[in-house]
Amino acid sequence: MSDLKFGVDKPTAEEREAIDDFISGVGPASIKVNERFVVGGRSRAKDRRRLLLPALHELQSTSGWISPGGLNYICKVLGVPPAEAYGVATFYHLFSHQAPAANEQIHVCDDVACRLQGAEELIKDLKESGYEAKSSPCLGQCERGPAVLIQRIKGKDLAVVAESPKPLTVKNIDKALKENASSEQVTIPQRGTDSLSLLARVGVVNPKSIKEYQEKNGYEALGIALNVGPDKVIEEVTASKLSGRGGAAFPTGVKWRAVADEQGRPRHIVCNADESEPGTFKDRTLMEGDPFAVIEAMTIAGFAIGAEQGWIYIRGEYPVAEEHLKNAIEEAKREGLLGSDISGSGFNFDISLYKGAGAYICGEETALFNSIEGFRGEPRNKPPFPTTHGLFGEPTAINNVETLVNVLPILRNGGSNYAMKGTENSPGTRLFCLSGRVENPGIYEHEFGITLGEVIEAAGGVKDSKEIKAILLGGAAGSFVTAEHLHLPLTLEATREAGVSLGSGVVMVFDESDDLPDTVRRIAEFFRDESCGQCVPCRVGTVRQEEVLARFTQGTSFASDEELLEDLSTVMKDASICGLGHTASGAITSAINLGLLERTT
Amino acid sequence: MNEIPVGTPRSKIEIQIDGNLVKAPEGSTILDACRQEGIDTPTLCWAENLTPVNVCRVCVVEVEGSRTLVPSCSRPIEDGMVVSTDSDRVRKSRKMVYELLASSVDMDRSTSEVKDWMEHYEVDSDRMGEKTEIATVAQPPKVQDSLYVRDYERCILCYKCVEACGEDAQHTFAIATAGRGFDAHISTEFDVALPDSACVYCGNCIGVCPTGALVFKTEHDMREAGTWNEQDQEVTTTVCSFCGVGCNLELHVQDEKIVKVTSPADHSVTSGHLCIKGRFGWQHAQP
Ligand SMILES: Cc1cc2nc3c(=O)[nH]c(=O)nc-3n(C[C@H](O)[C@H](O)[C@H](O)COP(=O)(O)O)c2cc1C
Ligand code: SF4
Ligand code: SF4
Ligand code: SF4
Ligand code: FES
Ligand code: FES
Repeated sequence: MSDLKFGVDKPTAEEREAIDDFISGVGPASIKVNERFVVGGRSRAKDRRRLLLPALHELQSTSGWISPGGLNYICKVLGVPPAEAYGVATFYHLFSHQAPAANEQIHVCDDVACRLQGAEELIKDLKESGYEAKSSPCLGQCERGPAVLIQRIKGKDLAVVAESPKPLTVKNIDKALKENASSEQVTIPQRGTDSLSLLARVGVVNPKSIKEYQEKNGYEALGIALNVGPDKVIEEVTASKLSGRGGAAFPTGVKWRAVADEQGRPRHIVCNADESEPGTFKDRTLMEGDPFAVIEAMTIAGFAIGAEQGWIYIRGEYPVAEEHLKNAIEEAKREGLLGSDISGSGFNFDISLYKGAGAYICGEETALFNSIEGFRGEPRNKPPFPTTHGLFGEPTAINNVETLVNVLPILRNGGSNYAMKGTENSPGTRLFCLSGRVENPGIYEHEFGITLGEVIEAAGGVKDSKEIKAILLGGAAGSFVTAEHLHLPLTLEATREAGVSLGSGVVMVFDESDDLPDTVRRIAEFFRDESCGQCVPCRVGTVRQEEVLARFTQGTSFASDEELLEDLSTVMKDASICGLGHTASGAITSAINLGLLERTT
Repeated sequence: MNEIPVGTPRSKIEIQIDGNLVKAPEGSTILDACRQEGIDTPTLCWAENLTPVNVCRVCVVEVEGSRTLVPSCSRPIEDGMVVSTDSDRVRKSRKMVYELLASSVDMDRSTSEVKDWMEHYEVDSDRMGEKTEIATVAQPPKVQDSLYVRDYERCILCYKCVEACGEDAQHTFAIATAGRGFDAHISTEFDVALPDSACVYCGNCIGVCPTGALVFKTEHDMREAGTWNEQDQEVTTTVCSFCGVGCNLELHVQDEKIVKVTSPADHSVTSGHLCIKGRFGWQHAQP
């Protein structure tokens, strides 16, 4: 790759300066310092390449787009072929490829929950007021839709939701811009209740203060871990029977043991904070309200599996969570709880924060690795699995934010103690994301085994005492159920038996007045937009699936459409590379089976 | 790719394919084992001279114990594996992969192998809707120089050209996949014309394209004029005389004119890849 050819476009002075500053800040210098334990082998050649994604963010926020001159300059500095860098930049929806028409780009969520709250009208109003507004998939703030992300040139991004139960208006956007502030967003209706474990501190302590964190059991678990040693930590996690909360419910203890037993070095622990499953906002709530818990849990995980480097991959639409995590990392370092020789134990551990740029698929673990490494976020074929060939091809444990935070009570109270909550095969508590037509939307913590009906009751029941038409359980990758399922106990085993899934804990309620065919079509559109495009069954299949549903909502269906939809579903499930293709038809098939697409009026 | 195989014999593994016991060397893929047994398997993104990217999914087979079908081109065999290559599930997926492609891409100029398989699986892409009413990749061809044409409405996104231009042969990295989902496409940076990109006109991408999306300009022009006639072409093998490397050239001649140049994929020197001189030098030698 010695003689790469670059284009003729030059960066502006401002772009050059921003990129130079960025590279000298986090670039070669810090690579050198960390190299001792961070990079080795195959990754050495890639230590520049992995600066590509953050460099693109730098360029986007400096100029408002990925300008040819700016991209060219990045390519020269990092030694990346321009065609490849362009391929990476065009993969992400938060990077623009046209010179900006305005100082701010407003992304309005018109996904499943927000379109019930007038998202489409808001987009129209914003455009009429002269704003550059466009629709966005779920922004992870479904409890108070329609949600908005404001992306700005040379200013921090703002996440805006309504302050009151009334939906957002153009005035709220004006105000947020004037005050240069994101909205207060964490909604924990059970706040301060004694039974809370994962949410005990959320909304109670100041998320920016390590002191307040420590006063409320913070860093006790790390102390215990350093005391008992890595093997005992994994033993406790295994005894707790903790399973992954990112969707697949894989036993965490088994995953950690596998990585700890690998000979290869370095090893990595990755925190999957890409949370982009429509209807999901639990990880954001944890990161915004209790960021030190995420940092402490990752440190423990790193200690247990023998990793000296941790990575957090957070979706690009979470400016508040990002800021709180950054602060937590800095504070923890200042207190000697992160960095070299943590608490005098001899254990070294550091955390890098990577920011996504608008791509649901980057939540898939191997796509996430590619994204950090500076490549397109395309999933890899499995096997091999991350435990042996993960980030940079090295042994890696990757866990969801909520999964990691569970490790703290497990260590503090013991694994078998933890397993007493919940049910035999689904121990512990779980976060549920309630949105749609419930009285009190927000994040709830319940023991596994609670029924679906009880979960909805705890959120104040259906809004305005209307009839439930359908419930989206587990997210867009989950499935629809109806009032017939209200007695279903929410455990891994019971949901599996019922042919549904808890997924990421989404419980989104629709009432009799809601337009379900439109909701189902929007879900199909989501998968069409978010497919990475790598494999044929999903790249074209999600398009054809959305076309069938669009024809249906327009009343122009073909006679053979039902059969086509079934075939598409079978083949996407059977022949796609990754979970996106495997689950892209699940909610749609369930809606059809439940008769939700039949028009009653 | 260009590693010289070491002499130690690999141990053999026993698997079952379509009910028959098969022994194949350790490290083989399911596809290798199928070929060894003479079981024909369709492929689109796989080529013997490229690293498998397993994206087209037309080679899928059923493996007992696996929830989903498995790409045979990249999955190594394991002791005791039970493989079905012609079950209903396999046929259904293969058929639909072709249908999805044919509904969105112009497959008319694909290799005869591709066409034969589409016939074999009775591909019917019309059920997806009229091409004018559904999403397709239709677009005008890119004719940007006198050597070759990129006609991306024929592109199935098999990634072969990207691999040939990049790590698997050329190390030029002139083209890559850009965009996402159905908008994903092969592109130079900012879609600049090929002469302005890093391209060195080795033509290796043309050599691997299975659908006629990348073609010699001669071929493109003759096809547009209706004078392209593969049946009448003679192929002569010779050694390229431009330098001392010794690349094998296959000259395709129609009406006493060289119309394109290829190199055998299994050739020990080229692995099917050439440089601009071998690939296009005949244009100057042409009578
Ligand atoms: C399309 C797709 C998107 C995903 N998105 C996320 C995500 O945003 N967050 C997450 O934790 N896991 C996500 N996953 C699951 C991850 O691949 C992985 O299983 C998980 O991070 C493992 O962590 P856990 O064992 O703690 O659940 C996604 C999977 C797929 C197929
Ligand atoms: S299933 Fe979809 S998202 Fe997954 S690799 Fe294939 S195209 Fe990409
Ligand atoms: S001709 Fe050669 S250098 Fe040019 S795009 Fe094709 S493979 Fe790359
Ligand atoms: S241009 Fe040809 S070789 Fe390249 S991806 Fe498309 S079909 Fe494959
Ligand atoms: S933020 Fe709008 S649906 Fe989640
Ligand atoms: S040939 Fe195997 S996936 Fe394309």
